[in-house]
Amino acid sequence: MRLRFNFTLGLLLALLVIVAAISAGWLAPYDPVMDADLMNSEMPPSWEHWLGTDGQGRDVFSRVLFGARVSLTVGLVSQLINSCIGTALGVSAGYFGGWWDDLVNGLTNVMLAIPSLVFALAIMAVLGPGLPSLLIALGLTNWSWTCRIARSSTLSLKSQGFVQAAKTAGFGDTNIMRTQILPNILGPVLVIATLGIGGAVLAEAALSFLGVGIRPPQPSWGNMLTDARELIRTAPWASVFPGLAIFATVLGFNLLGDGLRDMLDPHMRTRRT
Amino acid sequence: MPAADGRTPARRAAPTPCEAKPFMLRFIIRRSLQMIPTLLAVVLIIFVIFSVVPGSFISSLMAEGRNVMNAEVLAHLNEQFGLDKPLPVRLWDYLWGLAHFDLGISYRTREPVWNVIEPRLWPSIKLALTAMAFAAAVGIPLGFLAALKPGSVFDTGTMMLAVSGLSVPEFWLGLLLMYVFALQLGLLPSFGYQPGSIRHIILPAIALGVSPMALLARTTRAGVLDVMNADFVRTARAKGLSEPRLVRAHVTRNVLVLVLTTLGLQIGSLMGQAIVIEKLFSWPGIGSLLVDSVATRDIPVVQGTVIVIVLWFLVINMLVDVAYAAIDPRIKVT
Repeated sequence: MRLRFNFTLGLLLALLVIVAAISAGWLAPYDPVMDADLMNSEMPPSWEHWLGTDGQGRDVFSRVLFGARVSLTVGLVSQLINSCIGTALGVSAGYFGGWWDDLVNGLTNVMLAIPSLVFALAIMAVLGPGLPSLLIALGLTNWSWTCRIARSSTLSLKSQGFVQAAKTAGFGDTNIMRTQILPNILGPVLVIATLGIGGAVLAEAALSFLGVGIRPPQPSWGNMLTDARELIRTAPWASVFPGLAIFATVLGFNLLGDGLRDMLDPHMRTRRT
Repeated sequence: MPAADGRTPARRAAPTPCEAKPFMLRFIIRRSLQMIPTLLAVVLIIFVIFSVVPGSFISSLMAEGRNVMNAEVLAHLNEQFGLDKPLPVRLWDYLWGLAHFDLGISYRTREPVWNVIEPRLWPSIKLALTAMAFAAAVGIPLGFLAALKPGSVFDTGTMMLAVSGLSVPEFWLGLLLMYVFALQLGLLPSFGYQPGSIRHIILPAIALGVSPMALLARTTRAGVLDVMNADFVRTARAKGLSEPRLVRAHVTRNVLVLVLTTLGLQIGSLMGQAIVIEKLFSWPGIGSLLVDSVATRDIPVVQGTVIVIVLWFLVINMLVDVAYAAIDPRIKVT
């Protein structure tokens, strides 16, 4: 029962962010960048400005809505890249073994040793700020868990009857990996990717907060917090709401990922109940 | 083996602590050597990443426009930092220096990089350990109590708290803590560092410790539940052991290994996680040094800090492995 509740809550939160991101253009009462009104800066939440205004008099609600676009794009695209890299490397390493396996294993260990935020920061320093750099930086630095799971699952699948049968029937290696192994590991990969979306949203916020992610004036939850931090005494709402948005989004995808894992892993479910 | 010497084979087979020691030492040495290829690969990756940057530190000095240098000065600077040499030579020079514990010269301050990093080490370690102490003191008991009554309101609440702790952006939490405890209530300083000051470390340590706390609560709970369902616990229960004694004698010991592993691994990665918190609270640690050096394109310092962060992770990991082998006799130490 609890499990369903958590999963539903996660799904609702995730859907809320997706709707906000897609319909930001229609829902936002003000333009997130152009409608700066210095006469009305640092206004507390009111009927005109539901979540108040920031230091330059821009509507916090509109900016939070548009910030969802950045966060969601970064979360989904970077996790898609990570999943592709991790799955391709992990499956091929587990399937072929030998020197390729050793190489992939070594690379995975190296990637695990560099904290992904530090690695992403280094890549951002080289590529410069902006959305494309963020997608590359976060898409290339977080595939090690996917790779590990894909590899170990492939290893155990390789010796099973249906893979052996496919081999005997004369299927090519690529064909076997695509048709026999890949469908069987999609579940765990999906779980890691869903949990990773939350991580990527947090990382984007952190990088933008540090000034190397999305550059102002384009709104992102991270860079909104950078500006709001200076005003925390006089306009705390400008800090509270972007942070709440990050929190709700990450919580949503984490609950979703946990729920998916429990559904796909019956062993875990029996342990929980 | 001749039975005539009076020793039974069984006695020989069980290693006494004295006999176990050389194995352990060999394990530690072997495990330390394993870190070297990983570290080399990290250095290589970081070096290559920063060598493909189109602009160097010197060209960024030029680009600012106020600082037009003549060709002679430029050539001199390039030579001083070795930037006129081809990439493989520079890499080799860097590795050679690294083998002698020389991390190069900072572009900005012209000091050896190690002298820039060294004063930052202790604040960072102190913050990581304090955050971890907070995480362990709160997370482990919560997870333990939650597992003793699975499905209860307390359990559900704790797990909800844990998933929230893993989802909350640390720097936002830090900002809120700063607002409430420093600015509104005036109880604690809002940022900064003073050697030996406990009051300065409380807020950043809590903000940094929340996510490992959540992870520890989850791990502890899962571990306790696992052990509670194990056969030996059922046997102990069947033979009439009281519940408190059961928990004390059987569960605690078996969960300890799992919890200590999680704890150790978290300490290892905490230095890397701390960069945003350090920046927010103006904490003079490795993380804020990394962010500042990235901003000023002081590449030798960036490389040095990344190497230190990775080395910390690898060393802590090794210590966890060693502790693991020492605690759990089932692990083979060869």
